[in-house]
Formats: sequence, C-alpha cells, structure tokens
Amino acid sequence: MNADLCKTEAPEVGSRSKIVAVAIAALLLFLPFALQAQADCLTCHADQTLQDASGKNVGVDGDKFHSSIHGSLSCSDCHTTIKEYPHPDTVTTVKCSACHADEGKAVAGSIHDGTSANPCTSCHGDAHSIFPKDDPRAAVYPLNIPKTCGTCHANESLAKKYGLQNVYATYMDSIHGYAVSKEGLLVAANCMSCHGSHKILSHKDDKSTTARVNVPNTCGACHGGVKDEYLSGVHGKAVVAGDATAPVCTDCHTAHAILQPTESSFRMQSTPICGSCHKEELATYRDTFHSQLGLLGGYVETARCWDCHGAHGNLPASDPASPINKANLIKTCGRCHKDANASFVQYQPHANPHNRKLNPALYFVRLFMNLLLWSTLSFFTLHTLLWFIRAKKEQGKSGQSAGEKHD
Amino acid sequence: MTEETGTVLVEPTEDNGKERYYVRFTLAQRYLHAMLFTSFLGLAATGLPMRFSDNATARVFASAVGGFGAILFLHKFCAIVLTLAFLYHLKDLATRVFVDKEKGIFWGPNSMVANWKDVQDLVGHLRWFVGLGPKPKFDRFAYWEKFDYWAVFWGMIVIGFSGYAMWFAPFFARFLPGWALNAVLVVHGEEALLAILFIFSIHFVPMDMVIFTGKETEEEFKKKRTLEYERLAAEGKLETRVGDRPVYWWVNFAKVIGFTAILIGLVLLVLTLIGYFGTS
Repeated sequence: MNADLCKTEAPEVGSRSKIVAVAIAALLLFLPFALQAQADCLTCHADQTLQDASGKNVGVDGDKFHSSIHGSLSCSDCHTTIKEYPHPDTVTTVKCSACHADEGKAVAGSIHDGTSANPCTSCHGDAHSIFPKDDPRAAVYPLNIPKTCGTCHANESLAKKYGLQNVYATYMDSIHGYAVSKEGLLVAANCMSCHGSHKILSHKDDKSTTARVNVPNTCGACHGGVKDEYLSGVHGKAVVAGDATAPVCTDCHTAHAILQPTESSFRMQSTPICGSCHKEELATYRDTFHSQLGLLGGYVETARCWDCHGAHGNLPASDPASPINKANLIKTCGRCHKDANASFVQYQPHANPHNRKLNPALYFVRLFMNLLLWSTLSFFTLHTLLWFIRAKKEQGKSGQSAGEKHD
Repeated sequence: MTEETGTVLVEPTEDNGKERYYVRFTLAQRYLHAMLFTSFLGLAATGLPMRFSDNATARVFASAVGGFGAILFLHKFCAIVLTLAFLYHLKDLATRVFVDKEKGIFWGPNSMVANWKDVQDLVGHLRWFVGLGPKPKFDRFAYWEKFDYWAVFWGMIVIGFSGYAMWFAPFFARFLPGWALNAVLVVHGEEALLAILFIFSIHFVPMDMVIFTGKETEEEFKKKRTLEYERLAAEGKLETRVGDRPVYWWVNFAKVIGFTAILIGLVLLVLTLIGYFGTS
C-alpha cells in the first residue's frame, strides 16, 4: 500500500500546484477506496494486451491513469455496470455526461452530435489518460488542439464526406497556426478560440461564434482594439445595423489562412477582396501606377486600398476623421510620398480616363494619345506593306541581272 | 532600302576590297544610336511588365529579376542612360550651330527639318507604290527617316518629361495642376506603346546595316540617296565623304548586334500585343 502510494504521487510532484492540491484532497478523501478498487481491476487490466470477447483492447496503463484527472476515481465510477468478477455479459458504454452533464448537453446540441460513437474521447483522447486542459499532456491543451481537431479535420475523405474545406493545412500555415506550432504561444488562436469547444455550431447558425454577425466579437475577444476601431467604421456599423453584405474580419483576412498583414502575399491578395464589392473603384485603381507596380510583387510598398482608406475604421471621405478627407490627404499621401504638398494630393487615385464627365482632361489626353498611336501605326504599316509589295514587283521586273549583282 | 538583304555574314574577299565606301554616320553618331537602342530595349523590357502587370508573363519576368523594385530600378537606370544620350545629342547640335557655325543644319539637304520636297517625296513615293508614277529620288535624309528622327525627338521629350514627372511627382506638383499627375501616366504609357510598336515593327523593316558600320558602298549610296550623290559629284565633294571599307568582323559583329536587338524587339512586340489585346 505504501509503495503504491508513493508510485501514485510521483508523477504529480512535477505538475502544477493546483493539480497537486486537488490530488492531495482527492487522495485524502477517496484514495483508500479508489486505489483498492483500481488495484483489483488492474490485477487483470494492467496487461496491455488484454482483449475482451469482441477483441477490443481493454488493457489500462495504471500509472498513467493514476496521474490523469480521473486518477482518483474508481473504475466502477465510470464503468457502472461492472461491479464484480466475472463481468456481466453485456456492458454499457461509459456515459461521461453522467458527471459532465453540461458538456454532454452542449455536444448533443452541436454540429458534432452523432458524428462519432465516442464523441468525448474523439477530442479528449484515451479515456484513461485524460488530463486537464492546462496540462501539456492533454489532447485539449492549447498547443495540442490543432492536432487533435486535425485528426478528423485534416482528413481528406472526411472533409469530402461532410462537404468541408480541408482547413487544417491552411490554418497551420497561417499566422495563428505559426504562433501555436512554432512559437508555442498559449494565447494564440487555436481552433477552440474561435469555434468554441463543446457547443460548436455551423457558421450558418446565427448563434455560432463563427456566424458572420458574431465574427467581430469572436475575433475581438483577442483583438479588442481592432474590434473597437472596426465598429467605429462604416463596415462595422453596417454589420451592427444588420447589413449581411458588409464585410466582417474573415472577409478580408480569411478564416483560416490568416496572414501577417504586412506580408507581401497578404498585400497581394487583399486588394481584389475589397474590389469584390467595390468593383468600380478596383477598376479605376487598376489603371494607376499604384496598381500597375503593385501587381508585380516583390517588395510591395505601393499603396493598396487600406494604405489610404484605413484598414478597420473605414470612414467616408466626407468624415473629418477619415484619412482620405481633403484635410488629411497631405498626411495620408505623405506616409509614402515624403514631400507631398497641396498640389500633389490633387492626384486622383481612382481617376477614370474613359469618363469624360468626371475626368475631362484625362479623357482628352488619352483620346489624343490613342489617335496619335493608331493613326501613326496605321499609316506606316500601310506605307511599309505597299513599299514591300512594290519592291518585290520591281525585283521581278528588273530580272535576274540585278539580283546577281547583289549577292 | 527593302532590297538590302543583310542576312548573310560577309567574308573578306577581293571583291569587297575594290568597292568604294562612303561615310554616312560618324562613329559618335553610331555610338549614340547604340546607347539609344540598348537603353530603349531596357526601357521597353522593364516598362512593359509595369504597363501590363496583370499579365502572367509580366509577373514571372518581374519576380525573376527581383520584383517591381528591381524592375523600377532598371527602368530608371535605362532612363538616365537615354537622357544622357539625348542631352549629348542636344549638346552636339548646339556645338554644330554655335561653335562650328555649321550651315544648313536647320534648312537644306543636310538638315533633319522637313521641307516641301519631303511632302512631294511622300506623295511621289505613295504614287510609285501603287504604280502611278516614277520612284522619287531621295537626298541625304528621306522623309521617313526625318519622321523617325522627329518621332524619337518628340517621343523623348514627351516620355522623358512624363517619366520624370512620375519619378519626382511631389516636385513636379509644385508647378503642374493635380490632374496632370494622372495624365502623365496615360501619356507615358501610350507614347511608350507607340514607340515600342513603331520601332519593333516599322523601324526594323529596311534593316540597313549602315547605322552600325557607318559606311555604305558607292552602289548603295547612288541608289538610295541619288540626289545627294549627284549633288556631291557635281560639287566635286564626293572625295570628302570617302571612307575605309568596314572591316569584315565589324560588319558581322554589327549584324549580330542588330539581329539580337531585332529578336528582343520582336519578342517584346509579341508580348506587347498580347498584353494590349489580352487585357484592355
């Protein structure tokens, strides 16, 4: 008994003080009974190769179980139908919800309901080695969550079966995935941070944390400052007012493949996203030097939409707080163009040379240049062609004598 | 002009040695042309990806040389080379006018300035094309050569000004109206298109090697620039223009350079046409 006690405590010594405290309390209260019961069962079940009648492995690693969050319970607390040996013919599946009623109810109402025969262990791992979520050994420890969810969600055939995008890889390559997998940041967003845990709902469900209307709050849970800024802008206000077409965080940043916004690939990908709503503005932007150079990649300092319009708290030009308000243009343009002056900022970043009413000067400049281009080229193409034909004819007429002289 | 074949590399033969050669372009002029066309090719190669940057070829090319930063740097570098060539030409003109007191630089057979005869030549030439008259005789610079010259001259001013206006936009904004900053890109792009399409198709066609060798044979001289030849002969000044026969390796080298330029030009021409008709 003494030897057993030492053994049981040993792995916990290194754990967090809280667990130790809980464990000690548990030990004092239940240990004598629990350990006795466990020891009885483990007489047989400690054999890792032990199988039941149906061939299912029923071996249990006693040491690991003792150190797990359920280590102080006796086997029959969960395996309620197995009280003695020999065991009854029929054994019921362990019901976690007997203790974890709230979680059980939440899962039953979630999108995961019915997707697995053992919904709890699908995420929490082996029933006999469940650890608290702040224990690095736990399947639901923040740094382990992507891998845990990935056991199903990185599975191509499963993704196909449920019509899901295979988002595991894109998440792992994202700034959040990087922060979790490479930097080991516990505060970085993992799957659970956005989707929740037990009551995960489809993003089509209004109550879901990933429903469009809730996305600003979900992201805002960490990005509070950005959320405030966003809600002060036209996009945020429109979303609050119930405009379903207004962009939320994920429209620009995507949901899983979120990139560092200063990264060139993000700067390359995001302009068309703004343009998917602001079509006219994208078309006129495309005609400018900013866009022409920007599309080439490499280092990509040329102005993208949000460099001038702001990223989150977008405001109309009429708003004095807007970076594109006339009074702020020198400052806004001056962020890239050091010597920007009052005349310089009259430049129209969305001028349309095809629109005679809006941009008459530009319209006529373009018209003149086009006429010059096509008249010159047409005339000289004709000139060259006629000349060529004439010269060929002359060659034929003057005959062989002239030809021989040349070569 | 079109009779010039120029595709076969020459070898030193006794025949070539007997022919008389006349100087048409000085070495300095040929160097200037070399500076002009190399920087022009560079400008076209780096400018086109910017103009048609939504084209896949442009992006591949841009990322191959190091992104738009590299492209823009090379474009500006070539622009400076071309500007220097242009300034050198202006300086040369000024020297000839004010220092050498050269006559006939603004008027007459040796001038690039168009005159009434050029109009007559153009009409006559067009009539000859369609079989309505005899082939006109040309003097030192034919009307299409003058057009080429002035097209480049005007082009450099227009494209150079608009280019520098974009490069130093805040400075130019001090004396240009706001809309001009929008206009310079349109002007720059359209003028560049005109130059590229013109140079890489029409300018290439006669393929006269004299711009590389500087000299032409008496036969060519007589045939292509009949009036100049006759005039010089009548004035007894033909001897002053006689030059050495270009050494054969130089002719071959010139041909390699010329055809390389043409090849690059044609590739760029195709890409330009794809870019223009594929996207706009």
